[in-house]
Amino acid sequence: MPPREGIYGLLAEFNTPGELVQATEEAYSVGYRRMECYTPYPVEEAATALHFHKTRVPLICLLGGVMGLVTAFLMQTWINVWAYPLNIAGRPLFSWPAFIIPAYEWTILFSGLAAAYGMLALNGLPQLYHPVFNAPNFRDGASTDKFFLCLEAADPKFSPSETRAFLEQFPAVSVVEVDH
Amino acid sequence: MATKGPMNDPIVDPMIDPRTGEYAVIAPGHNFKSVTQKIAGIVLTSNTPLGWFFGLMVGAGVALGVVIGITWLFLKGVGIWGVTIPGAWGFAIINFVWWIGIGHAGTLISAILLLFKQTWRNSINRFAEAMTIFAVCCAGIFPLIHVGRPWLAYWLFPYPNTMNVWPQFRSPLAWDVFAVSTYATISVVFWYIGMIPDFGTLRDRATMPFAKYMYGMAALGWRGSTRHWIRYESASLLLAGLATPLVLSVHTVISFDFAVAALAGWHTTIFPPYFVAGAIYSGFAMVITLAIPIRKFYHLEDLITLRHVDNMAKVMLGTGCIVAYGYGMEIFMSWYSASHWEFFMMWNRMFGPMGWAYWVLIGSNIAIPLTTLWSRRLRVNVLFLFLLSFVINTGMWFERFVIVVTSLYRDYLPSSWGTYRATKWDYIIYVGTLGMFAFLFLLFVRLLPMIPMSEIRMMLPQTKVNPGGPVAEVTSEESV
Repeated sequence: MPPREGIYGLLAEFNTPGELVQATEEAYSVGYRRMECYTPYPVEEAATALHFHKTRVPLICLLGGVMGLVTAFLMQTWINVWAYPLNIAGRPLFSWPAFIIPAYEWTILFSGLAAAYGMLALNGLPQLYHPVFNAPNFRDGASTDKFFLCLEAADPKFSPSETRAFLEQFPAVSVVEVDH
Repeated sequence: MATKGPMNDPIVDPMIDPRTGEYAVIAPGHNFKSVTQKIAGIVLTSNTPLGWFFGLMVGAGVALGVVIGITWLFLKGVGIWGVTIPGAWGFAIINFVWWIGIGHAGTLISAILLLFKQTWRNSINRFAEAMTIFAVCCAGIFPLIHVGRPWLAYWLFPYPNTMNVWPQFRSPLAWDVFAVSTYATISVVFWYIGMIPDFGTLRDRATMPFAKYMYGMAALGWRGSTRHWIRYESASLLLAGLATPLVLSVHTVISFDFAVAALAGWHTTIFPPYFVAGAIYSGFAMVITLAIPIRKFYHLEDLITLRHVDNMAKVMLGTGCIVAYGYGMEIFMSWYSASHWEFFMMWNRMFGPMGWAYWVLIGSNIAIPLTTLWSRRLRVNVLFLFLLSFVINTGMWFERFVIVVTSLYRDYLPSSWGTYRATKWDYIIYVGTLGMFAFLFLLFVRLLPMIPMSEIRMMLPQTKVNPGGPVAEVTSEESV
């Protein structure tokens, strides 16, 4: 946990995704690691520049799906074979072909909810407060038309003056300090 | 070029891409800021158009039909409807199937077209999803009130209770509960997840403290971080991949309600694909019914272009052909099965006392749309398509009417034949759900972003990233 004193990081604002990606690649190559890009729509090249590829969302989704399938099938079997057996037109109590349909639906239900909640959980959302919101230009642009790179103070390579000098070599609109 | 050549001169009409001769998906000249302002402006303006209030009042007034009709139903019982023996399924089931079918186009647009990388869907997917949810709301009322003892409808859910009674999973009714509740849940989740980044935009652009607070809460603190976006895209794609088999299964399960019964005209294996195609057909008609007035009223012709209208008409043409094949196959099988009962059912359906309903359905689902939609000139004629969408949805309603009623009222035993006549309460509740749908949809249009801003931004030419080379042109600075 980084100390909650001083600044959170330096936030550079760019006009185009191309400039953002270039700056991010440079920052990664000179050794910055604790950094993040903020864009108004998904920019995959920025993720490549951050060397962030793998998400665990598909795995969580798969686990949810398996859980839904097993839960629904076992539940139906238990109910219709043991808990409340009924003779319906002489069909066997373990009518597994009929159980496929609710099991199919719950596979989708559980995996869909797992994907959605898993994505939110991995992202740490909901989290209504975040230091970048303190930068006035962030709220004007980050969700509309501007592209931001934040180099965080928690990075061992971070220094307020050198990092600022590093960021200012790019065609950034502005480089501002972000408070905690 | 010559076959799909533009109707208007491409030099005169800026909406036509001169390279392809097709209409553009987004009008040229837009940038990140202009699309954001356009879409967020509809929600964040303090000047609500008077027409919106008028529409909302009409919708709310008509929706009173549901309230009044259901109140009277709960007081008196299902005897106020036209359902009787042998016609034990009436308007409630017809309306249920019709509304669920309408919902299907929303999921098709948001999920299946996403998987097929049809980027034109981005402009219409949000309100098509909203249409899905509201259609499912309207549909969900009917089976509940149809069960006769609606206060016991929760018995359909498997939950431990002191009666030690559990549902019976060999019944299509229990399958319906699972299919429709899953469909409603996943549709809402997909819709909400899709709106989170747009809520972030609205939070940042809102000026009213209350709007800031509400959109801020709904955005869950979304800040557009790249790591978040990657997980978000992954989850969206997974949800689309899950919603695709789901939407195909829902109308399939609903068709099982019929196909599992041993009744002439219902007991067929063609029902699942034929129901799904019919669902998408009517759903696209409803998207057109909604999209054409909205693009006109809110001046969204730049974002919902003639390309969208044309493409939706093409989807209707395709699904309409599948539906026509289904009708043809039903007629063929009634002869080929060599079953006296099947043959009589089809004869009765066409020429019996309710034969007129069959010809209304053939006329409005097959004869009118499938002769006109081949013409590109008519596919981009918004007034024609708007009227045609009503024709198709009327036809689809009659399709369900024909399926439900004509098989039931004259079954195997002539001594038990009867007839079916809907009462005024049937009509009041049905028309009421139309008002409820309009009411909910108008609220949505006013309070939530009806076009996904982040997805529209991705379609703009400025998104090209060319690191190392010359940076992309700066267009986001231009004022609108």
